[in-house]
Amino acid sequence: MSDFLRALTRGSGWLGLIGLLLIALLLLVAAFGPFFDLPDPTRTNLRARMVAPTLSWVGFGAHPLGTDQLGRDILSRIVAGSRVTLVVAGAAVVLGGIVGTLLGLIAGYFGGWLDRLLMRLADIQLAVPLMLLALMVIAALGPSLQNLVMVLALVSWVRYARIVRGQVLAVREREFVQSARAIGASSARIILRHILPNVLTPAIVVATLELARVIVLEAGLSFLGLGVQPPFASWGRMLAEGRTYIASAWWIITFPGIALMLTVLAVNLLGDWLRDYLDPRLQVR
Amino acid sequence: MLDIRDLSVGFSRDGRFARVIDGLSYAVAKGETLGIVGESGSGKSVHALALLGLLPQPPGKVLGGRAVFDGEDLLALPESRLRDLRGARIGVVFQDPMTALNPVLTIGRQIAEPLIRHKGMSMRQALDRAADLLALVGIRDGGRRLSQFPHEFSGGMRQRVMIAIAISCEPALLIADEPTTALDVTVQGQILDLMAGLRERLGMTMIWITHDMGVVAGIADTIQVMYAGRIMERGPVGAVFASPRSAYTWGLLQSLPHGARPPGGRLHQIPGQPPDMFALPPGDPFAPRNPFATDRCRVEAPPLRAVTDSAPGHSVAAWYDLPALLGRAA
Repeated sequence: MSDFLRALTRGSGWLGLIGLLLIALLLLVAAFGPFFDLPDPTRTNLRARMVAPTLSWVGFGAHPLGTDQLGRDILSRIVAGSRVTLVVAGAAVVLGGIVGTLLGLIAGYFGGWLDRLLMRLADIQLAVPLMLLALMVIAALGPSLQNLVMVLALVSWVRYARIVRGQVLAVREREFVQSARAIGASSARIILRHILPNVLTPAIVVATLELARVIVLEAGLSFLGLGVQPPFASWGRMLAEGRTYIASAWWIITFPGIALMLTVLAVNLLGDWLRDYLDPRLQVR
Repeated sequence: MLDIRDLSVGFSRDGRFARVIDGLSYAVAKGETLGIVGESGSGKSVHALALLGLLPQPPGKVLGGRAVFDGEDLLALPESRLRDLRGARIGVVFQDPMTALNPVLTIGRQIAEPLIRHKGMSMRQALDRAADLLALVGIRDGGRRLSQFPHEFSGGMRQRVMIAIAISCEPALLIADEPTTALDVTVQGQILDLMAGLRERLGMTMIWITHDMGVVAGIADTIQVMYAGRIMERGPVGAVFASPRSAYTWGLLQSLPHGARPPGGRLHQIPGQPPDMFALPPGDPFAPRNPFATDRCRVEAPPLRAVTDSAPGHSVAAWYDLPALLGRAA
């Protein structure tokens, strides 16, 4: 752990440190947001529409980042949106990561027709534009939080599967796999107990980089109205709503945009640094 | 104990096919230590993998034969039954201890694995037993070392750990596939002593695969010399070393350095190279490299026959009479 902290403060480690601090801040805001005495993010107030940002933080009914076209407090909505974003993106990364890693393990270990089938499926999926695939699935299943998570997991399993498969191909030839077989271990046991720990590092790096991609994709789907549905607040949806008023009320679109940008930047900084820290030789395609 | 009859194994590569084990038959008695010697590609390791069901298939393929171990034909058993035998009744030690241990698991967990798998022990019981096993293979302070990772052990220490894993369930048969080849000579000696001691203590039957005649002399009761997937000569170690009947065995023995040689003299070499298994010559596969080969050797493969004027159990596959030829040359 102390090695980890030392690496963060050395060389280009400060980039990773910035990413880590920003993510920590985001997590704190998301976790403790409801405990701040913020206005209800879904409460409309047509008498306080498009109130400009103000530096006055005190007093009930103050709107430090202004209000939107329905008079909802933008700061509260950004905080509420951070919770939705993190939960959806986190769940999608975990789900896609588990499915992709398992399929990669299976494809790499057993090889043969199973491997060819899974990898051709992966190729086919990579050939379809992401947004198009997501749109098709959402259009078929209908927009909901669960479906959103499923779609995001669906578009990200391929990367885990490919990287993990490649690693497994190398690891399974090593002699300890044969010695495990020689003490009577079953294939399932060899895969989960002996090979998985050896391929976990690249999978974790992919997960970090994938988190940033999934956040952007979620915002994109919400922007198109196919992601998070009202009354839940979502950054993508805020961007879509604020677009109309960009000339008259710049703050409606600007602040959620900044929140989204900083989040993705932070996750990418941490992911890049983590990749270098865990294995400088690893190339993530 | 183990009775192998007509074992044949093939390999295919680039559409070509090679019979790397050709009608191999031999038996190992309970408590016996069999030393199998041969050059690379002689089939000594491949046949062991085939027995254990560890042969990669494809490209390998068991073409036929039986291998009866404790009344069960290993080659006909379903994979699930073989898994129950491997590690429990049959232990294996592989050549390279640097790669045969999983780098991300502690030593303790790796020794505990077969105990949990085959003896139904809990992790705690298995770790207690693992500490005892480390003491048995001569690693002191086992309790502390259990929580260490393989990179914290030297090569010799790792081979001791591999041996501890192999003997953890007190197997009836231990197959050692060149266990000392990757080690320093001094460490080799220690490992040989250790294995010999363990064999006595646990009453194990052992098959020791090596290319080192010196190692066989030190540990085996019976020596079996293999070439191109066939047995060239087999017999009690003393008898074979004293009076080799196959030109191949003779060549291997001549290649060993020993004290009687004048200083500065060159070691004997067997001419030529190990055979291309995809294009074996007809007849005796060793004939092209054999200065004593007769015309018959080049057309007809000799069967393994008992040697009449040597110790019982000594047999050879040769058309020529080596002692007579050597006597004439001297």
